[in-house]
Amino acid sequence: MPKPLVTILGKAVKKAAGLRGGGSALPGLVVEHIDPNFISHTLADLPLGVVVISGTNGKTTTTKMVVELLESQGLKVFTNRTGSNFTRGIAAALLGEINIKGELHADIAVLELDEAHAVHFVKKIIPRFSLLLNVMRDQLDRFGEIDHTTNLLRCVADATTETVVLNREDKRIASIAKSLDDDKVRFYGLDESLLPLFPSDDDLHGNGNHKKATQTADVILSKFSDSSATFIIDGKSVSTKLKLTGVYNVFNAAAALSLVRAIIGEKIDQSKLIVALSKVTPAFGRGEMIKVNGQPLELVLVKNPSGFRLGLKSFDSAGYATMIAINDNYADGRDMSWLWDVDFSSLVDDGVEQVSGVRAYDMALRLQYDEVKIRDVDTDLKSALNKFVARYSKQPMRIYCTYTAMLAIRKNLSKIAKVEVIK
Amino acid sequence: MNSKTITILNLYSNDMNIYGDSGNVLCIKRRLQWSGYEPRVIEYNQGDKFPMDVDIIIGGGGQDSGQEKIKADLIKIGPKLKKLADDGVSILMICGLYQLFGKFFKTSDGEIIEGIGLLDIETFGKSERLIGNIVTHSEQFGDIIGYENHSGQTYLGHKVQVFGRVRIGAGNNTSDISEGARYKNVIGSYMHGSLLPKNPAVADYLIEQAVKRKYNDYIVKGLDNTYAEMARKIAAKRPR
Repeated sequence: MPKPLVTILGKAVKKAAGLRGGGSALPGLVVEHIDPNFISHTLADLPLGVVVISGTNGKTTTTKMVVELLESQGLKVFTNRTGSNFTRGIAAALLGEINIKGELHADIAVLELDEAHAVHFVKKIIPRFSLLLNVMRDQLDRFGEIDHTTNLLRCVADATTETVVLNREDKRIASIAKSLDDDKVRFYGLDESLLPLFPSDDDLHGNGNHKKATQTADVILSKFSDSSATFIIDGKSVSTKLKLTGVYNVFNAAAALSLVRAIIGEKIDQSKLIVALSKVTPAFGRGEMIKVNGQPLELVLVKNPSGFRLGLKSFDSAGYATMIAINDNYADGRDMSWLWDVDFSSLVDDGVEQVSGVRAYDMALRLQYDEVKIRDVDTDLKSALNKFVARYSKQPMRIYCTYTAMLAIRKNLSKIAKVEVIK
Repeated sequence: MNSKTITILNLYSNDMNIYGDSGNVLCIKRRLQWSGYEPRVIEYNQGDKFPMDVDIIIGGGGQDSGQEKIKADLIKIGPKLKKLADDGVSILMICGLYQLFGKFFKTSDGEIIEGIGLLDIETFGKSERLIGNIVTHSEQFGDIIGYENHSGQTYLGHKVQVFGRVRIGAGNNTSDISEGARYKNVIGSYMHGSLLPKNPAVADYLIEQAVKRKYNDYIVKGLDNTYAEMARKIAAKRPR
């Protein structure tokens, strides 16, 4: 089928799907079915090529950072902004951006890809740059095992033509460098003093020994507080204020800086880069703040044990009313075992006010065994949210939630507060 | 606290601990505490001195790399584990260690990984992965509810009994309806979830056997299963 026709058809489906409030991936699916090479054709002509970002935790916020940092350098960037990180989602995002001839007006594409899909993607579309963040036990029911996941990411690194940016502090990610040419690899890392704050998967499972990494890192996160951070970039110390919260987001800023430095090269305008970084806000549901009746309500997306643990570590529960909402739909992962890999003892002092979601009672059971007090359990998200917001309207609130629970919570919150609802 | 100590051994806690199997150790520990006993959790990892003075042994699943690391050591301590099992010690082995407590694991490439033969079971690696929510039933424990994720398929010999009969899910293999295996006070199973918190009847059985063996009497108190019962009810209705 000639390309303009595929494009028109795809755009029509996108419009129709939008009208009936459908998911973001459907139009992409239709186009992919008709022209399987749609994405590669469209992306092949980009002057600065394709950048792939993958790993278990932090893809969405890191991708958002990289896009905004590249824009600070004057580039026009295409990205899969809705966090629909499957090939179909990318095809759908492309449809929104291309003209009727199928041309994409951008200098570079920055794409967030799920590990398993990244492998298939790089077979068709060869990335010029890639950034690999971490390997943690995610939804093991999907990928099987974490060593297997590492191999998936190794394929992405092998396929990359110019530079692979790797997390020096994640030993599985760092080991990917061994099979790559030295001049193809860049590391980002942490100052030794911060290592204990970022437990790796092995640390979380009793195998941890904080051995100091020996590789030289292009960007190092050396210090951070609630609202500022210091990076060592190419040996020089740079401090900046930040709007990002959560230790893992700040570490991923080091990843984004290193990747953008690799892409732009010597022409980089560092002062503009740092100004842009100071303005980046977290991606939706990744520690974002919503005002409800004048009180801040924080949404923290949790989708695996390491993410949940990092979330509990990043946000002090004192003074906050806490709610936890756990669903087990396909996008959340069906297996509830992962809750038992999270240590909830930091919630013992203040308790949990509301537990909800399809698997609310699995969560309540988990909290019971860490001897965390629970005020109310209600599997109905809407009524649980209403009770929570009504009861704790005079203090800051925080909700830890899985992906589909977050979507439902945002939708219901939008009826009582100003919330951007992502379709 | 009646200061009666029960020692729980967490077998290969560093390498055989995926899918939240550490929840089983926590479950036993808390239920003992809540009943007024004094649980003591010790860990055994390859190369450590093996402690014979234990009352309950818990082991979990691992990745291929984890199994690779522990398999030689397990063969070494195999006779000690067999002696403890024959003495009536309560033992729970999930997934990877369940397989290695059997006679062998034959991989899909035909390689044979020797087990310790404590359980009369044989396991064969298959390409198909059996993944999803699982509900089985046992006369003693009622419905047993959990989550399975394995590619090894296990067949039981005559010297073991089944742990549960599959109602929803796959269980030991794709050809019969058995799930897990039992021998004396040893339970082997593919069920994560974690298994024990969601199935308090199984947890209390392992605890009761251990406490009776050591102190003759067994007192349960202060155990509230409300959340577990609700969690079980909902889990049993979720899609596979």
